[in-house]
Amino acid sequence: MKPQIRNQLKRYRFFLMLAAVNLAILAFFPETGRKSVTITGSNLLEMLSVIPPIFILLGLLDVWVKRETMIKYMGEGSGIIGVLLAFFIGSAAAGPLYAAFPVAIALLRKGSKLSNVFIMLGAWSTTKIPLVLFEASALGLKFMLLRLGMNILGIAVIAYFTEQVLSKEEKELICQKASLS
Amino acid sequence: MTIALYIFAAASLAVSAMKSREKTILALKKAWKAFENILPQFFSILIIIGIMLATFTPRQISGLLGQESGFTGLLIAAMIGSITLIPGFVAFPLAAALLQSGAGYMQIAAFVSTLMMVGIVTLPLEIGYFGKKAAIARNAAAFFFSLALALVMGVAM
Repeated sequence: MKPQIRNQLKRYRFFLMLAAVNLAILAFFPETGRKSVTITGSNLLEMLSVIPPIFILLGLLDVWVKRETMIKYMGEGSGIIGVLLAFFIGSAAAGPLYAAFPVAIALLRKGSKLSNVFIMLGAWSTTKIPLVLFEASALGLKFMLLRLGMNILGIAVIAYFTEQVLSKEEKELICQKASLS
Repeated sequence: MTIALYIFAAASLAVSAMKSREKTILALKKAWKAFENILPQFFSILIIIGIMLATFTPRQISGLLGQESGFTGLLIAAMIGSITLIPGFVAFPLAAALLQSGAGYMQIAAFVSTLMMVGIVTLPLEIGYFGKKAAIARNAAAFFFSLALALVMGVAM
């Protein structure tokens, strides 16, 4: 086998294993199996529908935004502007939290502060604008507002805590890894 | 919101192409590379979610999360939320349905909050980007924050 193909197979090893498990479920418990395939299919469509613009914007950000600009607005010493910008990027996004990880890495690579990146992740996970509106319609305005208020505080606390846990070397390692990817 | 994102991306792409063709092509190449990089994990996550959601039904879940389930129900809700990964537009109607079929506000708040902030299934992916310590610290902090939030919601709602 060509090394290239072998390498690809290795990357997709876990996925192939899971696909085999799903096929086994389909064979032995047809009803559950069919349901899981349907759910996986609709989730795949949802993912494919939100992901292209995110990654195109990421590519453009990488090519056009200068490192100095990013450092100025989101780097060390960017202060409240950086925090607000991080909140805004996360809240204006679409897509699941795991789509935010590549965005976080791109921001880091361009020189954003680690704590701002964690704030962006927090906002992405729970204060996304369309979701907040949807939450109000499904669970009521009171439920939504209470949760939103606590979340804004919580996101800051979680970001601060995560940064405090890391040593200076560990933070540098994360940034270094980001700059290599 | 997704449509707005598409319009924004398309407009940015057009402006970029007018300014420099080469840079735009480079940007698209970078976009594809970043996407292809996480494709194996994406596919794996999708299958895990599919199997989990097919195995557990909303009725089974709401049976565990009733108003009288108290602290145990709270913990169960938080654990289910941490493990499962359900898109928001499915999760909120599900949460509303669970409330109607007898689940408590505290338990539902814990479920919704951990669902969005804590990701056990995506932890390997997160570790790949941020390292073990940062990923675990973020998820643990988010878990305990969600419990605190749920307690407040349980009293306030």
